[in-house]
Amino acid sequence: MVENRNDQTKMQERGRFSEEKQGLAEIERKLQKVNADREAPSKLAAKIKQPPSNVMGLAMRASVEVVSALAIGFGIGWSLDQWLDTRPWFMLVFLLIGGAAGTLNVYRMALGFGYADQYGQTRENTEDKGDLQKDE
Amino acid sequence: MSAEKHSPLAQFEIKQLIPMQIGDLDASFTNSSLFMVLTVLSVSAFLVLGMRKNAHVPGRWQSIVELSYLFIANLMKDTVGSEGRAYFPFIFTVFMFVLFGNLLGMMPYSFTFTSHIVVTFTMALFVFIGVTIIALVKHKMRFFTFFMPPGVPIYMAPLLIPIEIISYLSRPISLSVRLFANMLAGHTLLKVFAGFIISLGLFGIAPLAFVIALTGLEFVIAFLQAYVFAILTCLYLNDALHLH
Repeated sequence: MVENRNDQTKMQERGRFSEEKQGLAEIERKLQKVNADREAPSKLAAKIKQPPSNVMGLAMRASVEVVSALAIGFGIGWSLDQWLDTRPWFMLVFLLIGGAAGTLNVYRMALGFGYADQYGQTRENTEDKGDLQKDE
Repeated sequence: MSAEKHSPLAQFEIKQLIPMQIGDLDASFTNSSLFMVLTVLSVSAFLVLGMRKNAHVPGRWQSIVELSYLFIANLMKDTVGSEGRAYFPFIFTVFMFVLFGNLLGMMPYSFTFTSHIVVTFTMALFVFIGVTIIALVKHKMRFFTFFMPPGVPIYMAPLLIPIEIISYLSRPISLSVRLFANMLAGHTLLKVFAGFIISLGLFGIAPLAFVIALTGLEFVIAFLQAYVFAILTCLYLNDALHLH
């Protein structure tokens, strides 16, 4: 009788233990899922890389990029001219550089459809190409 | 009433509410300042009152507050990565300030302070200077290699460095002009078409329908531009933290 009861309680305990274990495993699984979700880039990241569907918005952004770079170039050149009394030479030179900077801005915008410099990306691309050439 | 009152641009007029003069500086409290204060108050009320219950199962309001927090947290995670967490309060504040400023400006008889280049440029300048300081503190002199893309032959440097510097300096301008131009154009367009409704008489129904559609679009733009401002700030911050 005594042994029997002991067995029963043991069985019960074992059952409870395995239940607890299952519960813990469940929690562990959920935790891992949450952590994976937290680490993984969300859908937003993919969206940023994609070209915007709104063509007007794209045109607007490109023109703002060009005009702002031109304005900075003009500003620098004009103030250098004021300071050194060399009108209009610095202004002309810096307008050209500003135009180049504006084109660079638009180029970067078009490359990544992100908003900032895409050096990392372009460098990776060229490195990949280099590897390919080495392989050949 | 004078004709000027009906100008589509009259809504952008700055009015002094409490004149103040500090030396030669006109520091009056204007309708623009009033709406900035209102924006700060409504953002605070929205967040603090929404989280007042702090329930485990959030209600509608608390859900919106938590969603807006998660929205910016995810945005920062995707664009800046884990190093950016320290700057979350700043980005979140900027986003909420611009968003609520844009949305409050959609109310009739209100004032849209984001439609003034002074306001947006000041914000963009703060972002620009702050981000540059972060980059300088983090990378010291290595920051200046930012203007020399890797893998460029040295004889290109005299041409490329000025171009890169101008490109870098143009950031606060493009950041501020984008927000300002969108808000200014949208609100002017709304007013212009609203002006046609009465003057066209019965045919005014066409511009009326257009204005209704445009108002919806303006709400989208109000949100989108706040989002763009936040995302650009994040990308500049990312450049500052990681350079190339």
